[in-house]
Amino acid sequence: MARSDVHLMLGVKAGDDTSFELLLQRYRTPLVNFLYRMVRDPATAEDLAQEVFLRVYRARRKYSPSAKFTTWLFRIATNVALNALRDSRHRQRDVSLDEPGDEERPALDVPDGQPSAVERMVASGRAALIRRAILALPEKQRAAVLLHKYHELDYDEIARILECSESALKSLLFRAYETLRVELAPLVKPGADSARAE
Amino acid sequence: MNCERIETQLIAYLDGKAPAAAAREVETHLAACAACRARADEFRRLWSVLDEAPAHEASLGFDARLRRAVAAEPRPVPFAWLIPSMRAAMAVTVLVLLSVWISSAPTDVNTAMPTAKVEEEFKMIRDLPVLEDYDVLANFEVLSDLPAAKPLVQNETM
Repeated sequence: MARSDVHLMLGVKAGDDTSFELLLQRYRTPLVNFLYRMVRDPATAEDLAQEVFLRVYRARRKYSPSAKFTTWLFRIATNVALNALRDSRHRQRDVSLDEPGDEERPALDVPDGQPSAVERMVASGRAALIRRAILALPEKQRAAVLLHKYHELDYDEIARILECSESALKSLLFRAYETLRVELAPLVKPGADSARAE
Repeated sequence: MNCERIETQLIAYLDGKAPAAAAREVETHLAACAACRARADEFRRLWSVLDEAPAHEASLGFDARLRRAVAAEPRPVPFAWLIPSMRAAMAVTVLVLLSVWISSAPTDVNTAMPTAKVEEEFKMIRDLPVLEDYDVLANFEVLSDLPAAKPLVQNETM
């Protein structure tokens, strides 16, 4: 029978390296994916995931199972991601507007008369379009959508992670999904499935 | 429930996590509002579309890199709380020396005076001219022959 997250983390606290290894195997992929969808660069996402695991390891002696492990883990991850995004914004002020950026790693997030959503879809593919739409969300909305949609955390967990009330979280999610609904209208509107089949 | 109020309940309703009373209110509103009904349908389709968002698999060296970083972390020293820090040790030493110095300082000035100095001062007093006729003054019977002096007004002093 698989050991619970709390059981494993208490093992880490007691100095059991095997417990930490099991937590790594269990949460490496979800954590890397969350951070990849929060930030633009996959290498950065892996660096941040390393940072999250290290913080978990360093905090092992003070760990107390007062909340769900996933709440604690993703709170660390969200803070690490938001800090990295803030630092990135400061650095981007010095980046030249003329520097090219690749499709997956744009240099700047500055609106500059982008092609329409349909033209982008044709050029970049559905996956890239979806990724761009998520990355275009304000950071807190982005984190809320990722935690809700891809990690299926409960509302109270997400509210604790984002340090807001459940009511505020639900409004946040509504606004985020409303934005995505508009941004991804070619994929979401009725008839989009038949257009895709063609 | 109106279109504004549905904002806080629609997502939970679509998740199947809305309280029963709130779910009924949402259903009643959706039945009456075509715009919100269309929005709810598009939200359901959106969630399917979002499943296509690209994922990223951690690189092959991810675990090894993390293990190296963990191994480089300082390990806790057993009973480290028993080992005093250098600063604490110095502070305690200074306090001990200070208390020894203070306790060795003389508290009574007279007893602390060197014996030789006391003897010298006694000699000075003993040899003062005013005490030349000390033996005579010690005989108070001589003083009884003196005329009585006028009583003085005595000021009470404390």
